[in-house]
Amino acid sequence: MENLNIMIVGVGGQGTLLASRVLGNVAMKMDHDVKVSEVHGMAQRGGSVVTYVKMGKKVYSPIIEKGEADIIIAFERLEALRWIDYLKQDGTLIVNDQRIDPMPVITGKAKYPENILEKIKNNYKSVVAIDALKIAKECGNIKAVNTVLLGILAKSTNIDKEIWLESLKENVPAKAIDVNLKAFEAGYMC
Amino acid sequence: MKKLMLGNEAVARGAYEAGVTVAAAYPGTPSTEITENIAKYDEIYSEWSPNEKVALEVAVGASIAGARAICSMKHVGLNVAADPLFTASYTGVNGGLVIMVADDPGMHSSQNEQDSRCYAKGAKVPMLEPSDSQECKDFVKKAFEISEKYDTPVIVRLSTRISHSQSIVEISDRCDYKLKDYVKDPAKYVMMPAMARKRHVEVEKRMAGLRELSNTDEFNKIEWGNKEIGVITSGIAYQYAREAFGDVSYLKLGMVHPLPDKLIKEFASQVKTLYIIEELEPYIEDFVKTLGIKAIGKEKLPVIGEYSANLIREKIFDKKIESKPVTDEEIPIRPPVMCPGCPHRGMYYVLRKLKLTVSGDIGCYTLGALPPTQSMDTCVCMGASIGAALGMEKARGAEFGKKTVAVIGDSTFIHSGITGLIDVVYNKGNSTVIILDNSITGMTGHQHNPTTGFTIKGEPTKQVDLEKLCNAVGINRVRIADPFNIKEFEKVVKEEIEADEPSVIISQRPCALLKTVKFEGPLKISIEKCKKCKMCLSVGCPAIVDKGDHIEVNEALCVGCMLCTKVCNFNAFEKAGE
Repeated sequence: MENLNIMIVGVGGQGTLLASRVLGNVAMKMDHDVKVSEVHGMAQRGGSVVTYVKMGKKVYSPIIEKGEADIIIAFERLEALRWIDYLKQDGTLIVNDQRIDPMPVITGKAKYPENILEKIKNNYKSVVAIDALKIAKECGNIKAVNTVLLGILAKSTNIDKEIWLESLKENVPAKAIDVNLKAFEAGYMC
Repeated sequence: MKKLMLGNEAVARGAYEAGVTVAAAYPGTPSTEITENIAKYDEIYSEWSPNEKVALEVAVGASIAGARAICSMKHVGLNVAADPLFTASYTGVNGGLVIMVADDPGMHSSQNEQDSRCYAKGAKVPMLEPSDSQECKDFVKKAFEISEKYDTPVIVRLSTRISHSQSIVEISDRCDYKLKDYVKDPAKYVMMPAMARKRHVEVEKRMAGLRELSNTDEFNKIEWGNKEIGVITSGIAYQYAREAFGDVSYLKLGMVHPLPDKLIKEFASQVKTLYIIEELEPYIEDFVKTLGIKAIGKEKLPVIGEYSANLIREKIFDKKIESKPVTDEEIPIRPPVMCPGCPHRGMYYVLRKLKLTVSGDIGCYTLGALPPTQSMDTCVCMGASIGAALGMEKARGAEFGKKTVAVIGDSTFIHSGITGLIDVVYNKGNSTVIILDNSITGMTGHQHNPTTGFTIKGEPTKQVDLEKLCNAVGINRVRIADPFNIKEFEKVVKEEIEADEPSVIISQRPCALLKTVKFEGPLKISIEKCKKCKMCLSVGCPAIVDKGDHIEVNEALCVGCMLCTKVCNFNAFEKAGE
């Protein structure tokens, strides 16, 4: 397999770390080399957060750079726009169509850009936008947004679905498995 | 067995496998998870110490007593622990002693980007630098062997991208390390002039031996490729260099102090152009140049900010990565903010209203310097708020002092704020100090500290009584106030800054992220009742949004802390979903 570079971007507190854990586990099951780079500490407090997942035969730098991502999963629209130039021209953007205003917008110092998805679609062909919050609610837990997005991601890779399901089961707490499997399937069907 | 591990987690595993029985640390991003993971091993006594100096002293004592001991901190923590470090270098060790230090190039979560390698050189102790999680584990184990063989503490340097990247690690069993005998040996362990003079001689002998090790050990290895270009590099910079340069020759340094002079000469003599890639100071470069070798380093590469493969491509090969922008409008930044429900928000609302000068400190509450609160005036280092407030008062007089408060977290106060408070009392200051008691160490992700009543392993222990502690050092006026009771809090602050003696206000309310903290659930704004006076925006909550024609609560963010309801004069907030 060629190296697969996946970025997970969002707002601190949105639960992006589960997605990276599952991804890392998937890579291990496929016997790939893998590096997962996370953000901890101050940036987590409601700031813009990014996780890099790189897998393949041999991974050196844990960082994905501009134009190198095969897939970006954005938990929020503005974050999709912020990181979009990290996507390869033929890469796929999976975006949760949710809006969280950053502080400069809240205080009126800046404007939240309009029509973000349309603008991205002008430059990138493969954009999957979805209201994962709504789907997560329908599955029974608003917190399952990340698993819905993982379902969509799984569909857009060539990796066997069973491997995803195994990794998911190994990384969510026992009592939350049913909701998460439901959310994953819902995403996978999108 | 193979496992995907954070660098920090791999360090913990390395300590476990090396037979460590004592671990001490003060939390600090990006080093915190080392000791959190060590604490999961029942075989290892682990502690959060009050600060890094105490942590290192505990580890030094454990080592002298015959155990293998590890002590972990972030880069600025090593400043605090520098005092024991420089002399532990002279005493040497009995059981192995390893100091983990995590640098933060790019300052993801720090107040400066100092390069810890300078400490290894200054303190004359060896330093290793791993470049992925497997090396984190291997190097820690090797560090203990070196420590005992050469009778020296060993520093292992990490950086944010090593500490917080997961990569694959092969797990082994714990070695059977036997506690060494404790033998009283004042000539080695009592560092007064007569003994220290002799020990310094030993230090220099040991460093000569270590230089030989650096030249011959497999830590420092040459990976031959195309010899047109040679790259000397270490740590995470090695990974970036690998991607940027591809198939050239590398001298990868695992031991960065002392540096291998012979190996460097040999490598340099066989390559046409030599580059030095290192984060961040020209530490290797300066050494290489003193050997009379020509090399390209900081003349092309920065000493500021984090490196990446693209940065190297751009600076060395002039290859700029262009991308077609999706939009030419400005993308609003998303700086970190205090969480919805954060107790600090109520306090800053009051301080801003009273237009006070705020001498600040290090923790989540440092975010109070940013919009919308913008209340903090200074922040230098752990514990600095109190001494700095006193200095301001001494410089500008009592009236200025009465318009000044120091703001410091509970854990930071114990770390090094208490000494500042003693100074205020002793030297007749008049400062008002607000201690933010949120029942936990917040910013680094919820660690216990001496004020929480629990140890790192979650066992109940004695709890520092902040009120009594402040009384005992001579503060007569100690007030406890709830920062979410805004009116009362404002009254207390006004009274204390007016008082003609120093005072402490303990701002007491637990961190909103603690599992034990329960809120009412999201609110919404009644469009009929809201007069758009925007008073609620002044609390600076990320969940309250000005939509232009109306104010709205983002229900996905709102926890229902009710702070906004206390500044709304029209009862416009109501429970969402009702």
